[in-house]
Amino acid sequence: MFTDELGQGGIPAGGPGDSAGHHGGAGESLVQLITPGGERVSHPQYDAWVQDVSDEQLGFLYEDLVVIRRIDTEATALQRQGELGLWPPLLGQEAAQIGSARSLRDDDFVFSSYRENGVAYCRGVDLADIVKVWRGNASAGWDPYTVNMATPQIIIGAQTLHATGYAMGIQNDGADSVAITYFGDGATSEGDVNEAMVFAASFQSPVVFFCSNNHWAISEPVRLQSHIRIADRAAGFGIPSIRVDGNDVLAVMAATREALERARHGGGPTFIEAVTYRMGPHTTADDPTRYRDANELEDWAAKDPIARVKGLLERKGLLTGQFEARVAAKADAVARELRAGCITMPDPEPLDIFKHVYSTPNSWLDRQEDHYSRYLASFGDPAGAHSEEGAR
Amino acid sequence: MTQMTFARAINSGLRKSLENDPKVILMGEDIGTLGGVFRVTDGLQKDFGKHRVVDTPLAESAIMGTAVGLAYRGYRPVVEIQFDGFVYPAFDQIVSQVAKIHYRTQGAVKMPITVRIPFGGGIGSPEHHSESPEAYFTHTSGLRVVSVSNPQDAHTMIQQAIASDDPVLFFEPKRRYHDKGEVDESIDPATALSMEKARVVAEGKDVTLVAYGPLVKTAKDAAVAAADEGVSVEVIDLRSLAPVDFATLEASVRKTGRLVITHEAGQSGGLGAEVATSITERCFYHLEAAPVRVTGFDVPYPYSKLESHHLPSLDRILDGVDRALGRPNSLSGLEG
Repeated sequence: MFTDELGQGGIPAGGPGDSAGHHGGAGESLVQLITPGGERVSHPQYDAWVQDVSDEQLGFLYEDLVVIRRIDTEATALQRQGELGLWPPLLGQEAAQIGSARSLRDDDFVFSSYRENGVAYCRGVDLADIVKVWRGNASAGWDPYTVNMATPQIIIGAQTLHATGYAMGIQNDGADSVAITYFGDGATSEGDVNEAMVFAASFQSPVVFFCSNNHWAISEPVRLQSHIRIADRAAGFGIPSIRVDGNDVLAVMAATREALERARHGGGPTFIEAVTYRMGPHTTADDPTRYRDANELEDWAAKDPIARVKGLLERKGLLTGQFEARVAAKADAVARELRAGCITMPDPEPLDIFKHVYSTPNSWLDRQEDHYSRYLASFGDPAGAHSEEGAR
Repeated sequence: MTQMTFARAINSGLRKSLENDPKVILMGEDIGTLGGVFRVTDGLQKDFGKHRVVDTPLAESAIMGTAVGLAYRGYRPVVEIQFDGFVYPAFDQIVSQVAKIHYRTQGAVKMPITVRIPFGGGIGSPEHHSESPEAYFTHTSGLRVVSVSNPQDAHTMIQQAIASDDPVLFFEPKRRYHDKGEVDESIDPATALSMEKARVVAEGKDVTLVAYGPLVKTAKDAAVAAADEGVSVEVIDLRSLAPVDFATLEASVRKTGRLVITHEAGQSGGLGAEVATSITERCFYHLEAAPVRVTGFDVPYPYSKLESHHLPSLDRILDGVDRALGRPNSLSGLEG
């Protein structure tokens, strides 16, 4: 096993990980509010951050978790059926995404990696737009300004700098919104992520670094990325950090709310390590059986983010047949809408390839477009010219 | 008209942009209190404040990446890369983000970022301080690349670059920073010659000599020397390196029938190759001779005792002009 329950193998108690704990005791333990068994446990510091979450709201969080798992399942199926070129599953990471995204204000701005499709759902991105990139119909599925979320970043960690710069802009504007950036454990090895923390700390910018430690960067285990607990690195930058159970939607919400409030009130950046697990492959093109122990998967299945909320709802007597039917109906409807939107998406036109490279005309590109349109037209039949055969 | 140095002219252009648009923000290493290692931003932080003229930590990728975030937020960042050879840590952010975000988002997000890069040699510096990396960027779609050769253009074109909604790589010839010239600060950049247009800086009829940045001065001097020998050289200041204003070049070559291009950057895969090929494609039957390139060698920028051999000099340019004219030259008798 590469990892222990804390998400990091080989770190003895009292080791380097314990020296940097503050603002939630990052070095000591995970902040947890719901146990894997579905028991609500109290926490002296973080209960206050979610005391306003009503039973009804807990029900909606549960619905979100179920719905984004369904989106993920449906998208994986669409890839297997040839409707998507690729899909990066988020299975197992639902609570980290929902708990954080549901803590944001509309005017906060998200800079994420490609796996935060549950966050995109929470921001109000159209379902078909979530898969548009993965179908190959565009390089981005949506206009970032309509939902205040940048489109998924594929270069690992690059978006953390964009969030930091955006946060510097917020400061200049005198606004109280916050930029939040999502990235994985692998990204913490990238220079950009470390540089982002240097800038955010120096300028005390309102940015939240949300690291979904899902234990695997394709085939590389987290301990290859960091010899100490990831959250503990933040102390080296002078950034408060918290290590939270990433499979616990309430704990993630509490941690994110605290970080957002700190940022809004001039307290600068926060680093959140949400300890979770990538239950699926890196993408649909990956085969985790080549590098991952099946027992590890079993251990993490027992900490499922949805099962524990379901357990809590049951304990509270809220898991009625009517409620379960409502959630199931919602998930079904979302899946149908996603599938329909995906398979009926119009293909781009051949000359769309030239669009938006520049915001104003460019003599080099205009000439190439002119030549290629003449080439296409030389086939005479406009329909033929638009087919792949015609383009050869 | 005011007599001022190249560096001062850029400073004045930056000042105008800062005055005219509250969204313009300058970022870089040592640009604030110090005023930049070349003093190009001298006094700007004092007048516009630390939030408009930002001294950043020493991380070029982060300077560029945070500029992207500021652009997302509606700002118009002007980034200074302290020396040409320091741009590479920012290369990923420039190529993968700055150049692509407008395309990626189908026009929703603009990247009006200007990247100022002092470039080129001739100042006797150690390694990494004298490079000419422009071809990396002219090869990158989504970027506009310009280089200025005189104080007036520097003053006008820095404002045009900042006003551009597309990202612009702005190459400043550092060995010319202290050269003086007349600058009319009242020229309106919106109505001045577009930064995308080349300019004929000396008319001639026998050979077209194309240069940009620091070598425009050398090329003009070469044209004067050639005139003493009865050769009429037309010198074109390229100004825009991407896209190249081929219409202006083509008109000249149709007249002269001969093309020489010079740059400090190494020859292979350089901008000269693109100019030679495109002009050959466009007006092959007007060419009387193969295009000639006079460039730096395909070597890492050499130590300073050897840089005078590397940099295209007036004499090497004249040798190239002789080749284009079929006159006796250093390569006479060689094929190709």
